[in-house]
Amino acid sequence: MGDDATFEKFKKCAVDVLQVPEDKVVPEASFSNDLNADSLDLVEFVMALEEAFSITVDETELDGIDTIGQAYDLVVSKL
Amino acid sequence: MSRVVLVTGGSRGIGLACARRFQAEGDRVAVTYRTAPPKDPAGAEATTPLLAVACDVTDPAAVDSAFATVEAELGPVEVLVCAAGITDDGLVLRMSEERWSRVVETDLTGTFRAARRALPAMLRARTGRIVVISSVVGYLGNAGQANYAAAKAGQIGFARSLAREVASRSVTVNVVSPGMVATDMLAALNEDQTAALASRVPLGRVAEPEEVAAAVCFLASAEAGYITGAVLAVDGGLGMGH
Repeated sequence: MGDDATFEKFKKCAVDVLQVPEDKVVPEASFSNDLNADSLDLVEFVMALEEAFSITVDETELDGIDTIGQAYDLVVSKL
Repeated sequence: MSRVVLVTGGSRGIGLACARRFQAEGDRVAVTYRTAPPKDPAGAEATTPLLAVACDVTDPAAVDSAFATVEAELGPVEVLVCAAGITDDGLVLRMSEERWSRVVETDLTGTFRAARRALPAMLRARTGRIVVISSVVGYLGNAGQANYAAAKAGQIGFARSLAREVASRSVTVNVVSPGMVATDMLAALNEDQTAALASRVPLGRVAEPEEVAAAVCFLASAEAGYITGAVLAVDGGLGMGH
């Protein structure tokens, strides 16, 4: 698991790209249902995460990712 | 309204005419070139020089670095015109893999590369204009130009798909489809090809590059905000009905 600073950085990307209030960026939040993010938002979000964390995320790794928690775990697994 | 405009293949022909017109409208304009940078216009009306960046669109790294240069000098690209294109004619029966690929790589894949690189900034800005220069031969076909025609038809499918993908962000993607235009590329056609094409143009003449640029600038304008996925023919009527 990542530390607080990592999650803060992750949260900042979500707030900036998805244009949602900070308190909505919680592990159980669903991109489609709670954050109103469409497929383009998700691509932009992934690109922002790739840049912020200097990681590379393959398209296939995004299958089945629907919540903030799942996306965060994916990022942490690459650090 | 001064926008940042990037024209790929803007050192001559249709691309250069587009660049000059955007400049005349007050935009900050960059062009990419492969063979040689654009010559400064002669005479007293010489405008500010275009920002000319060397870039072979068949090289993804070169496309990326060209955009980086433009972003550093002028800011994020708000209008992209994909005009970089080549021909390398020959009959299919005798066309080498290399000749086929070179044209498709430049004309079609080069368009994809430039558009892909331009998109993140446009999506972030929630506005943007992409105009792709295709050709009437993309839907008419032309003996001896199967590679070019395939690439030009491919650009239309690409542009329309992209138009759908980014429409929700108010980014528009349109195609201008010129017919016969007085450029170096037309001069490269043999006499038979030129004569055969010219005889079929209802308006009975070849276009000036500036006539194509006018359509491009319109599609890139704020006024054209409700037009996306369109193919605007500027071909003297050559492709009518297609």
